[in-house]
Amino acid sequence: MSKPRTPSVWLSKAAVNGALVLAVVYMLFPLVWLLTAATKDAGGLLAGNAFSFEGFDLGGNLSRLAEYNDGIYFHWYLNSLLYAGVGALACSLVSVAAGYAFDKYDFPGKEKLFGVVLLGVLVPTTALALPMYLLASEAGIVNTYWAVILPVLVNPFGVYLARVFSAGYIPDEALEAARIDGAGELRTFWSIGLRMVMPGFVTVFLFQFTAIWNNFFLPLVMLSDQKLFPLSLGLYSWNSNAHAEPDFYPLVVTGSLLAVVPLVVAFVSLQRHWKAGLTAGSVK
Amino acid sequence: MKARTRAAATLLTPFFLLFTTVMVVPIGYAVWLSLFTEKQSGLGFGGAETVFSGLDNYTAALGDRAFLEGFGVLLGYCLLYIPLLLAGALGLALLLDSALARARRFFQLALFLPHAVPGIIAALIWVYLYTPQLSPVVQAMEAGGIGFDFFSPEGALPSIVNIALWEWLGYNLVIFYAALQAIDRSVLEAATVDGAGSWRVAFSIKLPLIRSSLAMVALFTVIGSLQLFTEPLILNKGTGSAVTSTWTPNMYAYTAAFDRNDYGLAAAASVLLALTAALLSFAVTRLTGRRGGRRGTGRRKEKAA
Repeated sequence: MSKPRTPSVWLSKAAVNGALVLAVVYMLFPLVWLLTAATKDAGGLLAGNAFSFEGFDLGGNLSRLAEYNDGIYFHWYLNSLLYAGVGALACSLVSVAAGYAFDKYDFPGKEKLFGVVLLGVLVPTTALALPMYLLASEAGIVNTYWAVILPVLVNPFGVYLARVFSAGYIPDEALEAARIDGAGELRTFWSIGLRMVMPGFVTVFLFQFTAIWNNFFLPLVMLSDQKLFPLSLGLYSWNSNAHAEPDFYPLVVTGSLLAVVPLVVAFVSLQRHWKAGLTAGSVK
Repeated sequence: MKARTRAAATLLTPFFLLFTTVMVVPIGYAVWLSLFTEKQSGLGFGGAETVFSGLDNYTAALGDRAFLEGFGVLLGYCLLYIPLLLAGALGLALLLDSALARARRFFQLALFLPHAVPGIIAALIWVYLYTPQLSPVVQAMEAGGIGFDFFSPEGALPSIVNIALWEWLGYNLVIFYAALQAIDRSVLEAATVDGAGSWRVAFSIKLPLIRSSLAMVALFTVIGSLQLFTEPLILNKGTGSAVTSTWTPNMYAYTAAFDRNDYGLAAAASVLLALTAALLSFAVTRLTGRRGGRRGTGRRKEKAA
């Protein structure tokens, strides 16, 4: 603990907090711009004074968003929720099961196998997109929900996190007690291990949900039917039109704002979890 | 004992089945594809004929100036982005960790928030903020006598580095801050009692103690940087931008596959990119692991126990 004694301490305090405030301004002004810009029509946006609520027409933008192309935007929204929700749920379950097995059981070649998982963390996923696309087209699942869901069920980093969480949250004594009571191994995992590792499960879910919600490259490669697009790809396709038709600008901006909201809400309300995830990945 | 091995196998099977399907097999398939070239027979009505071509695709990629220039762009990007990211995130984490900082939870959350924004949307927001007709920033700069074209050949790289910094600074700050918070406070107090100032404590005590976090962030940043695609793609779609459709190796592979339908070349480019990632990961791990490694593993065991 440092002791504030001299005036220079006040000066340092002002400098430290001033620097942090500057950093916050840099981080937040694009989001503030997004918020104010979403309230403007194309004319107001192109007039350039976007940091004000002058010419407020958020309602108009929202209804145009809902009307354009029979409300395709909200179709994309539901798709994103489906991809991210189902994908993250299944991925977390698969990861936690594997992480639990790595933590609680001994079997030959265990650490070697875990090394393979860790190597998987290092594979640049975009380099896999092309062969994945070609394999998916052989399998006949290009341009289907499967093409986007299947690849995101795997997250080697999730297995690593799950192993760390399993070691931290599930005491071996609890498992021993269940075994003495005669529960089978899988039953023990399902009703004891999984319950106890829930905070870890939520963390892996949160990270994977975000990753899928933000995923762009994979849908770009896999999907051509607009009806299957997630938000990221839909907004991208609208943006490609915006140069020719400025009317698309308000659609892209308002659509982007709505697409950001669930993630911001999730991160603000689940702070404990993402901090736990980041910490588990770094300090340990 | 047998029941336990069986349970372990059951719990691991779903993951490794999927892992094999979406990682191992595609890697193998990419290598396989890169050894073949598709030749259109006749007028293309007879379908494509696949011919084994050995390493031809690799020599074609490596002989293509556009591909090599992509690696040049990546190099420039890494040289600009990685030091800025590490210094920025570390500096902010040290400020936040210093006894002088207030409202730490607020700062952490506010600085992290951009990471919640999908990469494509972050790129869209910034490209709009770079576009003179749309941007209050450019207009303010012009009013202040600064004329900077974010899409020009000199401006494109800093523009993209800025987007990436905005997305990743807060994320890495939280990692560093968590590592700093995990330092035993008595060590820091001992140093202060011995007369070390806050700068000295930061550089001689705190930094060496969070070396393993630094190494991890450096590793993931390098791998992430090699995959650069989304942000330049958005700049590429903007009018009058210096970013070409083969600006980074990833964009080169994408263009080869989906604009030219040259899967062999695209696969070879992807394999070369993945090999570069592997080599760099190895180098980064070696470089950062030599001195800090032993302490790192010691701590890891302690935590796991």
